[in-house]
Amino acid sequence: MPPDIEAIAEQVFVALADPTRRVILAALASDGPATATDLATRLPITRQAVAKHLGLLAEAGLVTAEPGERRRVRYRLCSAPMQVAQQFLAAMARDWDGPLEALKYRLDRDADERTATT
Amino acid sequence: MGFPDRIERTVELAHPPAKVWAALTTAEGLGTWFGNQATIDLHPGGSARMTWTAGHIADMRVERVEELTVFGFTWHIFGLPDDDPRRTYVEFTLEPVGAGTRLTVVETGFAQLPEDAHHKAFDGNTQGWASELGELTDYLDAA
Repeated sequence: MPPDIEAIAEQVFVALADPTRRVILAALASDGPATATDLATRLPITRQAVAKHLGLLAEAGLVTAEPGERRRVRYRLCSAPMQVAQQFLAAMARDWDGPLEALKYRLDRDADERTATT
Repeated sequence: MGFPDRIERTVELAHPPAKVWAALTTAEGLGTWFGNQATIDLHPGGSARMTWTAGHIADMRVERVEELTVFGFTWHIFGLPDDDPRRTYVEFTLEPVGAGTRLTVVETGFAQLPEDAHHKAFDGNTQGWASELGELTDYLDAA
């Protein structure tokens, strides 16, 4: 297993632990790349707070800065770390206990039915 | 935080391996305890599919078939986008214990990364939808 994968997932979860950053990421996910000013206008967050969180998100590789119109920096959501974190969640959500219980139940019930009919 | 790559479960079943094997490797078996309906082409490289009445579908590729002993397949990683090429490997191992069977299921590969993921995760993917939308625009313009 590559050693950085845990670090990548951790950065995603740290980023998502903060409600303001969730709002910013959600805005970039739903409406596409935006400048800090766009985000501050659309969201109930000050321009300073938006800039601070965008800096942190960029460091974590969750958003990338790119040149926008009138030489203003636009931020774009970077999905690759999210996919790494999703794999972590997929492992958590993979339920083998349910199906194995169902298998056991099914085999037992078939056996009971056979006993009952013979 | 530990990143789980592998999930393992063992159950003791009061039924002989032949019965358990049939439940795991036949359409009739898979379609009752696991999916609501199933199809399976039981040989390495064969495909199998389970469907649920709620609308969910799982497509599997059979990888290992050792009669009454080992059944392995790969499938799409639950929760990732449908077009994501990463797959986990699931292997059922059957072991006779008295008149019953010890069944072990191991699923591995949750922590895998596609070859370019490191590159993508750090390098900042500036392609993505912008270029896809650009291609769509070009395509529509050309038509």
